[in-house]
Amino acid sequence: MIRQRYQSIIIQSICSLLIPFIQLFAIYVILHGHYGPGGGFQGGVLLAVSVLLQRLYLGKEVAYQKFPPKLALALGAVGMLIFGLAGIVPMAFGGSFLDYAYLPLPGVSGAELRYLGILIVELGIGLAVFGTLVLIFDNFIGGRW
Amino acid sequence: MSSLSILILAPLLLASFLATLVGIWRLTWAYIITIIGIALSLAAASAGLFRVLQEGTLRHYLGGWPPPFGIEYVLDHLSAFMAIIIVFIGFVIVIYPPGAGLYHVPRKGVPMYGLVLLLISGLIGVVVTGDLFNLFVFLEIYSLASYALITLGGNRAVVASFRYLVLGTIAGGFYLLGIGFIYFSTGTLNMADAAQLLPALYSSPTVVAAAALIVIGMGIKLALFPLHVWLPDAHSYAPPVIAAILAAVQIEVAGYVIVRMMLTVFRPEYFIEILPITSAIGWVAAAGIIFGSLMAIAQKDFKRMLAYSTVAQVAYVGLGIGLANPLGLIGGLLHILNHAFMKSCLFLIAGGIRFQTGLHEVSQFAGLGRKMPLMMTAFTVAALSMVGIPPTCGFFSKWYLILGSVEAGNWVFVAVILTSSLLTAVYFFRILEKLFAAPPNDDEAVTKATEPSPKIVVPILVLAIGILVLGLINALIVTRVLWPVVALLPTG
Repeated sequence: MIRQRYQSIIIQSICSLLIPFIQLFAIYVILHGHYGPGGGFQGGVLLAVSVLLQRLYLGKEVAYQKFPPKLALALGAVGMLIFGLAGIVPMAFGGSFLDYAYLPLPGVSGAELRYLGILIVELGIGLAVFGTLVLIFDNFIGGRW
Repeated sequence: MSSLSILILAPLLLASFLATLVGIWRLTWAYIITIIGIALSLAAASAGLFRVLQEGTLRHYLGGWPPPFGIEYVLDHLSAFMAIIIVFIGFVIVIYPPGAGLYHVPRKGVPMYGLVLLLISGLIGVVVTGDLFNLFVFLEIYSLASYALITLGGNRAVVASFRYLVLGTIAGGFYLLGIGFIYFSTGTLNMADAAQLLPALYSSPTVVAAAALIVIGMGIKLALFPLHVWLPDAHSYAPPVIAAILAAVQIEVAGYVIVRMMLTVFRPEYFIEILPITSAIGWVAAAGIIFGSLMAIAQKDFKRMLAYSTVAQVAYVGLGIGLANPLGLIGGLLHILNHAFMKSCLFLIAGGIRFQTGLHEVSQFAGLGRKMPLMMTAFTVAALSMVGIPPTCGFFSKWYLILGSVEAGNWVFVAVILTSSLLTAVYFFRILEKLFAAPPNDDEAVTKATEPSPKIVVPILVLAIGILVLGLINALIVTRVLWPVVALLPTG
């Protein structure tokens, strides 16, 4: 459907200008998620939006080279694996599922350990949401990859 | 506190994402990871059942947060029983070769194995969770995975899957609204906590609406008679392996949710006396048993016949819930186990016949019995069990259902069960006659047919032997596993 590059110079420059800032804000939302509004889901959606914008204005050919659809599938799976491991690893060290207090991170303990645990889980969720949304978009606009 | 309940779920979830990831490069690795994941989960489910039988209910608090603030996973007799059925059927389904089970081997990078694992982990999540909202999340996980998997059957399957998606989403919405109402009135989502708080509110219209909405939503998922419209299309156009797992365990999980609501969240008396929910389910199920059996007789296509037969067979589960006495509910729960083995066996046979000969209409099967002796023996066992001939397991669930009906003094249900057995005999003996007695026609597909490869035959034989073994050990299952579940119900 979106076969070629969008011809208007205004759209091209605005989009290429916006995308880095969207991504920067997305990373801020993910990393800030455990002590402020935001988190993995919101940040992941923003990251996905930046890639979707690129797909919309660059056209399929170029955008698929910059961000291949298979990478989206892989990132989604990696994100969920991070989440799953953050759940399983504390169990191997004597805690419950997702009990961050038992994460084997050297040099941190107590509240700091729990807060790092939330960050790890948020990173996983962010990647998963990012990958999944790009995947849904790629499947909607059709075409085998 | 024991982590066995989460250990059934975790390998499936992790293997699901890992299989998707490595499936981008190598399909074989995805397959191996899938097998390992389900095998680990099966080991945990067996260990869970043994621990539950010895020690009683096992609880696990997610993140170490105790309920009612945190999410709790509970493994009791009922959920351990359901979990082991789900994982075992899932294991057999995954070792069945995809060429026969899905009509084709998926391309690299298609997350097919990941989706199957996600479907199974969603089903496991529903049965092990002790939290109402967590149950909804897993309900949606398994529903979404099944919508995607049904579409693998081709163009008509996509339409069938979309219809199922619309109705399934409505069902999920009803359930969500129901637990929303429970949350408004009690302020908790934990099942055990809600069970403590609800009795004081039983006369409140909000709680009445909550119970009704949850039961109607789960009635759609269970394909109880007037709400079954999505099932025949979805199950007959889905690939055989997917149809097998959907018919064997996926729809029965909705029946589990109704039983869980009746026994754990609400008190049984509420569903039996204060609201006439169980008697409504019972009569609707009785109508569904007759309707499904009659429709199955009318079908020419083998898989479509099995799909209508599923409508009738899940109605037996509904009938067991509707009887709401210990013997009746034992019959219903035992039928979940028996139907899982029988129906998955039959769908895998349908896949095997289609893979080997390309035939799918019953009238074309004439003379196949002598060409594929092993597979057709398995078919005979499964068919006899569907009818309810004594050494097979299908007899015993119907036996308990009849005992329950007699205890309830409901002779109409006894007549319905017996009539339905006759109708089931009509549609299965018609096929048996075609397979073994009818003169083979000159169809090239039949004359050149041979027994399929062991990869296809072995899973089918495992299920067929399972049908006989379950029939022999049914007394053990009933006394050890199911009696503690139904102990709360009023007798007589």
